[in-house]
Parts: sequence; C-alpha cells; structure tokens
Amino acid sequence: MSGPRGCTFGIDVGSTTLKAVAVDAEGAIVASHVEATTPFIEDQSERALAALRTRCPLGGEGPLGATGYGRKRIPSATRVVTEITCHARGAYHLIRRSGVLIDFGGQDTKVIRIGDHGEVVDFTMNDKCAAGTGRFLEVILGRLHVPLEEAATMAEDAASAVSVSSTCTVFAESEVISLVAHGKPVPDIVLGLHRSLASRVSALAGRMKDGREVFMSGGVALNRAMADALAAEIAAPITVLPEPQLVGALGAALGVRT
Amino acid sequence: MISRRVQYEVAGRVTGPILMALQNYQQQRRRRRRSPKDNPFGPPIQCARKMKDLMSIYYYQGRWADGAVPVAWITSGFPVELLRAFGFYSVYPENHGALCAARHMMPELAAVAEDAGYSRDLCAYARTDLGSVLSGNTPLGRIPKPDLVAACSNICQTVLYWFRSIADHLGVPFFVLDTPFVYGDFKQHHLDYVSDQLLELSDVASRISGRIVTEEELLEVNLRAMEGSRLWGECLDISRTCPSPWSSFDHFYHMAPIVTLRGTEACNAYYRELKDELDDRVAKGIGGIKDERHRLLWDNIAIWPKMRDLSRLFATHGFCFVTATYTNAWRESLPFWDPKDWLRSSAKMLSNTILNRDLKNRLRVMTGLIEDFECDGVVLHSDRSCKPYSVGQYDLKGALTRELGVKVAVIEADHADPREYADEQVETRLLAFMESFE
Repeated sequence: MSGPRGCTFGIDVGSTTLKAVAVDAEGAIVASHVEATTPFIEDQSERALAALRTRCPLGGEGPLGATGYGRKRIPSATRVVTEITCHARGAYHLIRRSGVLIDFGGQDTKVIRIGDHGEVVDFTMNDKCAAGTGRFLEVILGRLHVPLEEAATMAEDAASAVSVSSTCTVFAESEVISLVAHGKPVPDIVLGLHRSLASRVSALAGRMKDGREVFMSGGVALNRAMADALAAEIAAPITVLPEPQLVGALGAALGVRT
Repeated sequence: MISRRVQYEVAGRVTGPILMALQNYQQQRRRRRRSPKDNPFGPPIQCARKMKDLMSIYYYQGRWADGAVPVAWITSGFPVELLRAFGFYSVYPENHGALCAARHMMPELAAVAEDAGYSRDLCAYARTDLGSVLSGNTPLGRIPKPDLVAACSNICQTVLYWFRSIADHLGVPFFVLDTPFVYGDFKQHHLDYVSDQLLELSDVASRISGRIVTEEELLEVNLRAMEGSRLWGECLDISRTCPSPWSSFDHFYHMAPIVTLRGTEACNAYYRELKDELDDRVAKGIGGIKDERHRLLWDNIAIWPKMRDLSRLFATHGFCFVTATYTNAWRESLPFWDPKDWLRSSAKMLSNTILNRDLKNRLRVMTGLIEDFECDGVVLHSDRSCKPYSVGQYDLKGALTRELGVKVAVIEADHADPREYADEQVETRLLAFMESFE
C-alpha cells in the first residue's frame, strides 16, 4: 500500500510534540513537520498533515500511519500502531541491525530491545511518573531560566556536576531552587540534572542493555549533553539516530507500506 | 435463637431462590442483544446464571446468619472446611473487597478508611473492608456480625493486621493461623507447628459453636472440600484444549464457589455441571473468545474494576488467557492431600500455597502452566496492593523470557483501586505487547 509515487505518510502525536513525515519508496524522509502538541489534536493533526502533503515533493497522496498518545484521534489514519512498535521499526530501518533503543520522549521514555529482524523482543517504559523523561529537564531548566537549546552548551561549561535527585520532578524543582540559593553555579546544576536523568534511564534499561549496542531516539536525543551523560552512565558508546525526533513517525509511515 | 434459625433457613431455602427466580425473569425480559459483529467473545457460559444465583442466595441468607449459626470472617487461604464442620457461616472480606471493586464502590469505601487514618499504601481490599465496617455500607445489604475473626498468614502478612483491626472494631475474638514461609523444602517442625494450630482451631471452633465434632465428621467435610478442589482443577484443565472453551476472565468469575463454598455439596454440584457444559463446548468447538490466535498466562490477582475492558481488549486482538497462577491456587495443593491423615495433610496444603513459597517454586509453577496450557505469552500484573504477589516479577520475567522464549509484559495496576490504574498507559503497553506477536 502506497501513493502513486510510492509515498507514505506517518504522524507521531506525542505528549509534547507532533511529528509528521513523508517517506519515499526507499524509506527516505522527503518532507517533515514538527510542532508543539495542542489539546486540539484532531484539528491540529489534519492541518499539519495537509501542510505536509502540500510540501511533499512526491505529491500529497499516500496512506497514513498514526502513532503516539494521540494516535486514536487522527481521523484520516490508515493504520494505528503503538509508538513502541513504530520506534523499533523506524530505528531498524535506519540501523539494519539488532540492539537496544532508548527513546527519550517528552513524557515517556522507552527502552526497546530490537531483534535480528527488527522485531520487538522486549520493552520497558517509565510508569505513572514522568521524572525520567524530557519533561524533567524542561521543567527544571525552565525554573533556572535556561533555554532547552542552550542546555548542552551550558553543561559543557560546568566545572563539576552537582548531585540532584531524580525521584520526582516536583521535588527536584525545589531542590534546584535550594541549590541556587546556596550559590551553586547554574552550569554545574545543569550538568547534575543531565547525570541525574541518565542514571534514572539507565536503571530503567536494567539488564536489557548489557552487552548490546545502544541507540537513542526521541526529542531529548537532540541534546548532545544528554547522550554523553547516558553514555557515561552505562559505560558504553551510544549512537544517536539521524533526525531522532522523527523516528516514531518514520516507523508509522513504514508500517503502512506493507 | 430458634426464630432466627428459622429465618436463616427460610432465607436460604425459600425466599432467596424465589427472589433470584424473579430477578432472572425480569432480566431476561430486559436483556438486549449485542450485534454479533461487535462481540469478540464466544457464546456466554450458561452456568454463569446458576453461579450468580448460588452466590446471591448465600449472601442473602447471610443477612440472618448471626444469632442463627456461628459466623466467622476469614481469609481466602483459611481452612474453612474445619469451621464448616462446626456449622459456621463464613464471610470473606477479600471477596467482599473484590465485589465492591467490581461494582465500582471501592473509592467511596476506601475513603472512609483513609479518613479514619488507614494509609493509602495499604492493600485496597483492606481499606475497602475497613471502610465498610466503619460505615456499615456494603453492596450485600447486610453482612452478619462475626463470632470469630480468623486469618491465615499463607497469603500475606497484611491480613494479620487488617483482620485484627476488624476484630478490634467489632469487639470479637481473633484467631491467627500462622504458616511460616517455606524456603526450599517443607520441614517436619513446620508441619508439627501448623498441625498443632489446627487442633487449637478445632478447640476454639468447638467452644464458640458449642458443638463437638467427631474425627469422622471432620474427615467427611474435608473429603467434600477436596472433591471441590479436584472438580475446580478439572474445569481449569479443560482450557488446555485449543480453542479454550473459557478464558481466565471467566475463571476469575467462576472461582467464587471454590473460595466461599468449599466443603459444601452445592459447590461440588455446581462444578460438576460447569464441567459438563465446558466439555460440551469443547465437543462443539466453541471458544471463550471467537478467534483464539494466541494463548496467555495471567499472573497475580485480577484487576476487578477493569475486567470488562481488559477481557474485550485481549479478545478483540485474538488473545485468550487460558491459565492464571491466581485461579490455579485453589487446586495446586491437592497433591498434598491424604485422606488417611487429614490433619497433617491439611497443614501441608495450607503451608504450600504459591504465596507462601519461594520464587523458585513460583517459577516452577508458571513454567508448568505455560507448558501444559501451551501459552506463547505471559502478562504479569504488578499489583500495587499485593506486594507478596508482585515482588520478584521482574526476575520471573527475565527467567521466563530466557528459559522458555515466551513474550512477557508487565503492567502496573491494582486489584481493586481504580485510582491506581492509568487506562492509556496500560493499554499502550498491552497493545505494544500484542503487536510484538505480529
């Protein structure tokens, strides 16, 4: 199943951002669209998809795969699949080998073990609490008045990391205010935040990651300081997938090809 | 006393059955037919109505039990057989908690207990029952006041404190049957310790009921209880057939008599009839769900407030739970039974429940169920309310994946408290788990 020129579309409506892609017959992304998710998912997704279909160099026709927490509210979706399956499919398409994918999203973090043929062998996610996700960084950096895109540079400027608890975003927020009040330098706190988050995600991955190649996707993977902190925490190199934020939408688009 | 006894007998033998017949007649007239297109389930099990009648009459009769017969409030793992020989009417606070949860009454009852100072971290069954005791509110209309509150530690330690609190509130005697946790092999001193307590329980039951029961009478009621467990086990084993004529969601529903009425002929008659119906479904190729493509094992207590949603979610995608460690618990100790020595074999059975033994045994039981029922996947319910059942599940997941190659999903929920259940998160995990079979 695909459009007249082999084009398919994928949309990943996450808790923080909406991502949409157009994919050609070879599975290459030919157009993409990213914007912050609003509460009006149906209208927003249809508008975003219309814009994407207009911009797609291969024409606007083709089936649509939907994923993410808003997946059930995309009226024009041909197929609806969970983000775990889509991230695994998208990642395997890019890497063509088995491994462990850490998808670092806005409000959930998934650790997915991908098998030799791209299948999901096992997965785990944060439960009931978003302390191990991008929201943790977003909230606390907001409290420090540090823009997200400057976080990585600021972490690099740190002399040493300050220890920050990652048990709860709300508690960590008050802890950080207290650290500022005690005169701790902001770059040291920012580095501490990255390390704190990395230790939480490493614990989530548990033994699943042991001895396997580790890949990273999701919006948080755009922050290179986070990838570095996680690599240091698990004591193994991490490969950040190209256009990591679009991997779920890519998987959704690939899922309607067959 | 005599008039109370007459009321009790009339409620069980005359009024209860008449009320049930009237209710069934009204429901039949009102029943809507669901379009077959939407329905992923096989035809309903006909016996279900009989079970509802059996249990409803039992609860209805219970309203007149205190003052008519001795009444005991006991845990699900308690030796009800022994009390039954002395003529006790038994009430199960755990079942009551499940019933309140299934009828969506749990949050309001738990709020009463929480307002009284019981922590929200306590088992949801405990909070529901304590809330019911404190407020007098129950879906059963009225629960008879106990002459004895009794707990056996073979399912958890919480019951000891929960039941003690109930006994304190109601001002009645409290009996603890202590079954030490079994690590590895069951020891002689362990057997002596539990057997001695069973003799002590006989004395207590005799004193409260004012009856003297012979060894023969005790053996007789135990034999009936074992027959009930055997029949329950045979009903469960029918799910080895593919397609399974009923699913674990049905097992959860139909387990009420083996928990509550164990040791009665009514319980045994019910399971004989159910078994005949299940055999008939197998002969006709009728499945519990319409399109059984994958077979699963469920671990832990059911999520009572979400039974309907979860059964439909799995059935819609062709997944059928064919066995569960929970429902298996009422037949698993049967090999320890020895009619020549009911006392000591009862002590062995009580001590060797799945929750009173180590994780190695749990893995062995689960491996056996997965192989016997040809399961290709497992769902582990990590139950916030039931710590003894949930501790070790991630180790079990690793072992089952490694050793049997089955797919395993863990969901975080609660057996009774809907406030601990996140629909979207659970559904996403379960859908991803099911997609991984494609």
